[in-house]
Amino acid sequence: MPETRFTKDHEWVRLEGGIATIGITDHAQEALGDVVFVELPDPGREIEAGESVAVVESVKAASDVYAPLTGRVVENNQAIVDEPALVNREATTGGWFFRMQPADPAAFAALLDEAAYKALLETE
Amino acid sequence: MPDTITSETAAAGPLPPRTVPLDLLHRALGGRMVPFAGWSLPVQYGAGVLAEHLHCRAAAGAALFDVSHMGQASLHGSGAAAALEALVPGDILGLRPGRQRYTVLTNPDGGIIDDLMVAALAPDRLFLVVNASRREVDLPHIAAHLPAGVTLERHDDRVLLALQGPGAAAVMARLGPVAAALPFMGFGAVRIGGTDCLVSRSGYTGEDGFEISAPDAQADHLARLLLEQPEVKPAGLGARDSLRLEAGLCLYGNDIDDRTTPVAAGLAWVIGRRRRDDWGFPGGTVLREQLQHGTDMVRVGIRPDGRAPARAPTAIVGEDGAPAGHITSGGFAPSLNAPVAMGYVRRDLAAPGTRVGLQVRGRSLPACVVPLPFVPHRFAR
Repeated sequence: MPETRFTKDHEWVRLEGGIATIGITDHAQEALGDVVFVELPDPGREIEAGESVAVVESVKAASDVYAPLTGRVVENNQAIVDEPALVNREATTGGWFFRMQPADPAAFAALLDEAAYKALLETE
Repeated sequence: MPDTITSETAAAGPLPPRTVPLDLLHRALGGRMVPFAGWSLPVQYGAGVLAEHLHCRAAAGAALFDVSHMGQASLHGSGAAAALEALVPGDILGLRPGRQRYTVLTNPDGGIIDDLMVAALAPDRLFLVVNASRREVDLPHIAAHLPAGVTLERHDDRVLLALQGPGAAAVMARLGPVAAALPFMGFGAVRIGGTDCLVSRSGYTGEDGFEISAPDAQADHLARLLLEQPEVKPAGLGARDSLRLEAGLCLYGNDIDDRTTPVAAGLAWVIGRRRRDDWGFPGGTVLREQLQHGTDMVRVGIRPDGRAPARAPTAIVGEDGAPAGHITSGGFAPSLNAPVAMGYVRRDLAAPGTRVGLQVRGRSLPACVVPLPFVPHRFAR
């Protein structure tokens, strides 16, 4: 059973079989509006937690997507490059951004759980 | 007066944005309210910016924008046109009743204090629409330069609605036939659904359309009547911005300001033919000089080769990597399904077809200088 955690930057992180899949939350896509462009990190790239690694642009603004964990990128989602609107339509499923192998899988547990993320949304 | 307002604001902290008379209607329609130029306005409704934008360009479509944040005023009295003409390069004395003209207020350096619409209601009565962000600059500036007998009256008690799109004329033919008969940049009093309005055939989208000024008290009735029409859907500031960018129209504060001149901005056509006899307006000699010798920087259209939008103030470089200018408005053009931008570049790089680079996130994205507008205007003829 994969577990999903969240960041304060409105990203979701799903850990399954030692690989983390990262995307933006439904709240984030709603706030951004129509997504028209994404730029993703290439597989093989070593990334550090907190580093800006992807870009998502809506008609209104450009936003950074940060690495939630330190590790290595193993895959990115060309489907959202070809069709950015998928990020709006399927933010937490088909609209994922990239997959990574965390250097320290235990760091995943330090991310926000669903209750903590919901609490964060209520303070915004 | 603006200085006083600034110091009061500084002492008390930022003022909350003002609400427009249609605030409740916007919220009821699902508008996402954002602060803009001191006002709370919908950036989009439920349909989203892309859909609202495309509806405004769709066959038989018409988008309704609330632009009540803009400043409305009238100048009246004998000599009103001559008084305004002393502040702008446009031919205001030659503006016949029932006609509107786009012009700019200039400073002594030829810089643009604001761009505005001026319509003639009668020989001694002009109707003005100025930018929201500049209304507290423009109106005191104009008032300070009026001779005895000419007065400036603010119309802070009126809303301004923009009905824009290929379907706008059919809506007006049904609700206010007098407006539907106006030519492009025509202006007149029109009764719409029992409300006495002032209507111009103009807009900020590149489409045919109307701007409708009405008293606050009738705003809700009028807006609902327009929204009931099958062609009409509400649209917010987001679509307004992407539409005007595709149409190559300047946004004050981005593409033009008090350090850019009409010549550099590609707006030299606002200098009336008769005004070129004596250049008798603020900055006139500067603009004459610039028209003869050109300006160092000029406003151009830019198309990035790729999909990444380049937003203001992205730096522009030449093919040799040397600094060439910067983007002043940039984003995604829904009608072209591609990014577009406007900006100022060195004169030697301003010819359409010139290759440039856009410095986005540490890389130089290839792009091309192109003619404006990006989407052809479809004004009424």
